Amino acid sequence: MGFVDRFNSAMRRVPAWTVYVGSVAYAGWVFFQGATGALGPNPVEAIEHAYGEAALYLLIAGLAVTPLRRFAKVNLLKFRRAIGLACFFFVTAHLLTWAVLDVQALDRVWADIVKRPYITVGMAAFVLLLPLAVTSNNLSVRRLGPKWRQLHRLAYPAAVLGAVHYVMLVKGWQVKPMVMLAIILVLLALRLPGIAKPRRARAAGGAQSRA
Amino acid sequence: MAFRWKNTLTDNDVTPEHLFLNRRQVIGAAAAGLALTGIGASARAETLEPNEWDDITSYNNFYEFGTGKGDPAKHAHMLTTEPWSVEIDGMVDRPGAYAFEDIMKKMTVEERIYRFRCVERWAMVVPWNGFELADLLEMAGVQSSAKFVAFETALRPDEMPGVSRPVIEWPYVEGLRLDEAMHPLTIIATGIYGRDIPNQNGAPLRLVVPWKYGYKSIKSIVRITLTDTQPPTAWNKYSAREYGFYSNVNPQVDHPRWSQEYEQLIGQGLFAKKTPTRMFNGYEEEVAGLYEGMDLVKYH
Repeated sequence: MGFVDRFNSAMRRVPAWTVYVGSVAYAGWVFFQGATGALGPNPVEAIEHAYGEAALYLLIAGLAVTPLRRFAKVNLLKFRRAIGLACFFFVTAHLLTWAVLDVQALDRVWADIVKRPYITVGMAAFVLLLPLAVTSNNLSVRRLGPKWRQLHRLAYPAAVLGAVHYVMLVKGWQVKPMVMLAIILVLLALRLPGIAKPRRARAAGGAQSRA
Repeated sequence: MAFRWKNTLTDNDVTPEHLFLNRRQVIGAAAAGLALTGIGASARAETLEPNEWDDITSYNNFYEFGTGKGDPAKHAHMLTTEPWSVEIDGMVDRPGAYAFEDIMKKMTVEERIYRFRCVERWAMVVPWNGFELADLLEMAGVQSSAKFVAFETALRPDEMPGVSRPVIEWPYVEGLRLDEAMHPLTIIATGIYGRDIPNQNGAPLRLVVPWKYGYKSIKSIVRITLTDTQPPTAWNKYSAREYGFYSNVNPQVDHPRWSQEYEQLIGQGLFAKKTPTRMFNGYEEEVAGLYEGMDLVKYH
């Protein structure tokens, strides 16, 4: 048994709900640290950034599921819905931290959304993720049929907008946001018809949705 | 020319005496003591509560040591500040390398409790110890043809892990108009709370211009050049639209990416209220005259 097979069988024993528990626990831990002064003298900024970065990491993780399966035979498909919903959870937490604790006034929140491009871009990513979160359940998958996969391709522009939002807000030419954007672009490029290998007719594990 | 400006201090603002008893700030102790007895040109009818030492020294922008707020506190110990000298050149009568110790022998160190406003919308109150820049410039003898002052930060790749990446163009450079540089509020800080200024705050010599955004207050200065042309400045080279030469704190002039109407005082916890930004960071009375008739939007 090779490493990948052993990894896949180990992952089969890990339930998907661990992603939810881990995400909520991390978000709570960050908030607790901020409230108790462990995140330095500007806790609002620290929490806002931590939640935003967590959302980006989860976007990357979610986009990596299909290429990992296709090119490395690593199967994490059963975690994908949880990863997507956890990502939406952090985006929402990031947005709320910004609106409630940082900007502190609805009129200024709106002014920022229409006036500041990096916030417009971030907001657009949130809006794109909204229908995906709402339809991340078995009932919606059944009801929407093939349209479900089309709808969930909105994750692609949302991921790009999320990373661009990060690139746009930092001062100076910083590496981290650009690396994140590059990783997302690579993960999307791996889905281009010329690069993605023709699908193999494999019997193993849930090949029905590879959006 | 020292003591041309002072705060109205309360007992709370007085630096505890034991903090003064260190090598570099002994002169400062005597000077601040004098200042407290009330020698000084103008008094301000406002009391500022300084931020805590830990806030001031752990939350910094000093990109030579990394772009994270905690990076300077983590890495700035690598910077060698002894020996240190500043090259003062250009339109001066006595150009040359001025050793830190020689400068300190001639300068009068006093305490200045100033508001500090970062372009990123956070603010602090810092009890600086330092001397007026005007005194240093007069030591070198400013020639009448000089109109601007250019400053340069040390650039030491071996001691500054952040400069391996071109976040902005290195070395960090800044500039002031000569009248701004000679203004009584403009100081070179050498200490905070009566202690030697920590490396992450710009040891051993940093500029403090309290009515301008923080990035104008250049750190760890190695060169000061008197010139008759407006010098290039680091952030202006990165984006002239976002960072003007003047960079006066102004709630009416937005940073293109964010509003400058409100600011967040650091160290107030998770649920702290935003406060309105003050024109010239609250120093309008002192400095508005420098910009009379100027279009502050165009010359932002």
